[in-house]
Amino acid sequence: MFKTVLFISLCLLALTILLNLYRVVKGPTSADRIQALDSVGINLIASIGIFSVLFHTRAFFDLMLLIGILSFIGTIAFARFIERSVVIERDN
Amino acid sequence: MKPNDVILQSVTKVAVVIIFTFSVYLFMNGHHNPGGGFIGGLSTAAAIVLLYLAFDIEKVRENIRIDFKKLTAIGVLLAVCTGLGGVVFGKEFLTQAFGYFELPVFGETELTSALIFDTGVALAVIGTAVNIILSISEDR
Repeated sequence: MFKTVLFISLCLLALTILLNLYRVVKGPTSADRIQALDSVGINLIASIGIFSVLFHTRAFFDLMLLIGILSFIGTIAFARFIERSVVIERDN
Repeated sequence: MKPNDVILQSVTKVAVVIIFTFSVYLFMNGHHNPGGGFIGGLSTAAAIVLLYLAFDIEKVRENIRIDFKKLTAIGVLLAVCTGLGGVVFGKEFLTQAFGYFELPVFGETELTSALIFDTGVALAVIGTAVNIILSISEDR
């Protein structure tokens, strides 16, 4: 019963990632693509949580926080690239 | 007109502390759990890159006075010296030792020489990653 619920939520998360990937491929502007990629990262975190319940392990918990940090930094870097056309600024 | 990114800078000031703590946790955790020198160094480099993203290069360079080329060299030197420590005591190269010590706060703790080797790996990874990103961002 419990495993069925986990499988159903995994399938829903996979469907969400597929819909986000549709927006990544089809998105008219690059801001749409960046936001869809950020959302894919969050859905990956949720899927890893469900996988670690399914496998009875705590080994993936560090990975969830790491994906959160990397997704945050990547989104900020892309946003700066759109806004200012340079990622790391220099003060002169 | 100078662009105003107050939100990004205030979020960065909080998030960098959390990321540094997390990277130290990953680094110290590596002996018995997932983690280790490589991923600890990479997440430290990620925090430094986040600082570079939120502020400009000169401001970070004023506040973190580290030459990252020298940091790479120190890391590799530390790893090689840990390996040579086994040779000094008459064992093979890269032989590791461990022991249990009574520390004031932590109680009985297992201290290994693999931790010093891991420190070298972490310093080399931090130096290399930040150095690559800085030298890419140099030219216009």
